Amino acid sequence: MIRRTFAFFDERLGVSRFVRSSLDKVFPDHYAFLLGEVALYCFVVLILTGIFLTFFFSASSTEVVYRGDYHPLVGATVSDAYRSTLDLSFSVRAGLVMRQVHHWAALVFIASIVAHLCRVFFSGAFRKPRELNWIVGVTMLILAIFNGFSGYSLPDDLLSGTGLRIAFSIAQSVPVVGTWMAFLVFGGEFPSHRIIGRLFVTHTLIVPALLVGLISVHLAMVWHQKHTQFPGDGHTEDTVEGPKLWPTYAMKSLGLFFAVAAVLCLLGGLFQINPVWLYGPYHASQVSSPAQPDWYMGWLEGALRLFPPWEVRAFGFELPNPFFPAVLLAGLTFMGLYLWPFLEAWATGDRSEHHLLARPRDHPVRSALGAATLSFYVVLFFAASNDLLAKWLKVRVTIITGIFQVAVFVVPAVVGLVTHRLLRALARSGAPRFSEMPLRALRVRRPA
Amino acid sequence: MTEPRPEPQPELAPSPTAARSPARPIALGFTVSMAASIGLGVVYALGGQVQLEGLLLFFALGGIAVGFIVWGGKLLPQGPYVQERHPLSSGEEEQEEATEVFEEGAESLERRRLLIRLLTGAFVALGAALVFPVRSLGERPGGSLFRTAWRRGSRVVDEHDKPVRPDDLAVGSVVTVFPAGNTDAADSQTLLIRLGPGQYRPRRGREGWAVGDVVAFSKVCTHAGCPVGLYEPDTHQLFCPCHQSVFNVVDGCEPRSGPATRPLPQLPLTVDADGYLVARSDYTEPIGPGFWNRDR
Ligand code: FES
Repeated sequence: MIRRTFAFFDERLGVSRFVRSSLDKVFPDHYAFLLGEVALYCFVVLILTGIFLTFFFSASSTEVVYRGDYHPLVGATVSDAYRSTLDLSFSVRAGLVMRQVHHWAALVFIASIVAHLCRVFFSGAFRKPRELNWIVGVTMLILAIFNGFSGYSLPDDLLSGTGLRIAFSIAQSVPVVGTWMAFLVFGGEFPSHRIIGRLFVTHTLIVPALLVGLISVHLAMVWHQKHTQFPGDGHTEDTVEGPKLWPTYAMKSLGLFFAVAAVLCLLGGLFQINPVWLYGPYHASQVSSPAQPDWYMGWLEGALRLFPPWEVRAFGFELPNPFFPAVLLAGLTFMGLYLWPFLEAWATGDRSEHHLLARPRDHPVRSALGAATLSFYVVLFFAASNDLLAKWLKVRVTIITGIFQVAVFVVPAVVGLVTHRLLRALARSGAPRFSEMPLRALRVRRPA
Repeated sequence: MTEPRPEPQPELAPSPTAARSPARPIALGFTVSMAASIGLGVVYALGGQVQLEGLLLFFALGGIAVGFIVWGGKLLPQGPYVQERHPLSSGEEEQEEATEVFEEGAESLERRRLLIRLLTGAFVALGAALVFPVRSLGERPGGSLFRTAWRRGSRVVDEHDKPVRPDDLAVGSVVTVFPAGNTDAADSQTLLIRLGPGQYRPRRGREGWAVGDVVAFSKVCTHAGCPVGLYEPDTHQLFCPCHQSVFNVVDGCEPRSGPATRPLPQLPLTVDADGYLVARSDYTEPIGPGFWNRDR
């Protein structure tokens, strides 16, 4: 039977040679290499649950009177988008679990992309010849963040509506074209009745299609260039070592898919997420407090909160305040990510091919810069909760904000210096792992 | 070329614990999965319950995961197998040739200078023509960021379209108001606040914009447009919950802290013949967050 199937396709497409070499393909095994796969499998879960949701969601801002199964809101005037989200959650059997799994999958999707990005960065996997795949990866990160935002904005609840209002203001803050851009994207002045429909098409069609294309390119490049590998254990630049695709790697990877899906279902079943019925429907003159976005927007939210009350006004034109923490910061962040492989090659003069990964200690400067940058975004992330922190600690929010405004510069500097120092000591000590490094390796050696 | 690596792998040597057949956890995983799937069917038929569905899905999928991972890790050949990496570059010669082939073709095109120019022109024109549909995406911003629905004589109404008299407000209270007939105009949302007697210090040129101790300010935050939702009567301060901008009502809603750079615009008020609050005019400056040509 199998023989006949193979023959059928080979006689028509001549694929046997490719199939053979594919089944034999060797994949290096390391737990850190699974992060990208986790992201991929989150994406699969997102597609599957997302398809289910589209069958019920109504992307319309038309106002209706809610008469569904959630009693506290019966009789309220809400948008049809909000109404259908409540129906999905309360009236469609298995609808709520699908919605919550979808939301959790999005959170984990972006988290695993970021973790994967860190793995690739700190192990130097982005170096020649893999710069192109790094670029594809960064693009997918941007798309994933965008799609997360557009997705949670769809239900038209009070929290996400406020997020959209801020997004409109940010678009409007772009120099020269900002006003036009905001009006074209939103289809008019905020709140426009067109935006939910547009977000829906972008969220369910355009961005997923782009992601499918980019994922294919990403994997094809990994396939063609072969995976990188950690040094040691006799590994060389000219070989790959590990189990073969068929059947070992395939089975383990499929197992990982089921494991990821299982955990996402557990999260979606047991841990409530985005309870839009508690936030209430969006009304432009109402606002929920405290208002925190999904985690991957936290750095932008934090930057908006920390940036001092500055704006530029000259010659009758204005650069509004949100331009700096939102547009400029995001632009610099992703520009920096895109350019990093080339900047590093230029700075170090290293233009050779690398198939063996580096350990962070082998490149203390890169690792220190990476750790410092990461800590910068972590501080911004926590700054997005300055109001909650102020409440818990019972201090004024201005004090918390002030501390963060200092920390956002001090913490990265300290983290960078400490990382550099530790990694240098680790490299000198020759210890195989960080935990095995003798303390005296930390002593500074003065030049004789 | 794929071949097993010659030297033996110590960690692959059978250890006493591994001697227990890995087939058992695998079988257990698949069995648990089957049972959970059946359970899922039952829960669904009984009307569904989100926590149970999540839990059962976890076991249904997780059982298969355990089975696959243990199977792949314990029962299948681990290698490691060694495979050669092939050079990625096709070599300088090939690069040279590809360049040549391309340039040859390009040269034969370049001979037709005029046609190439016309082609470029056609593409540019087409590109420009394709911008027109983009223009349809939204209305022209025009003056809409400079105006709201408030007009001279617009009655001040609450969200239920009920007109408001100055005495309807207790000292220290605040209501969100709109121009009559426009309670859904997001840019016209306004805070009507009654201060204590004599607390209000009008800014120059704004004497007479308040009615008694009742003042009105735009509710749209000048930072990023959130509704400025919280009022603290003791300190006369308005808080924006989005990024914690604070505005001081008694001195014309100047920002006190947070990222907002400009005061909330003030709506000039008066009363009509029936004693209801009305606007003297629209806001005298654009409300809400800044934009490029705001000062024009
Ligand atoms: S929108 Fe009010 S502080 Fe940012």
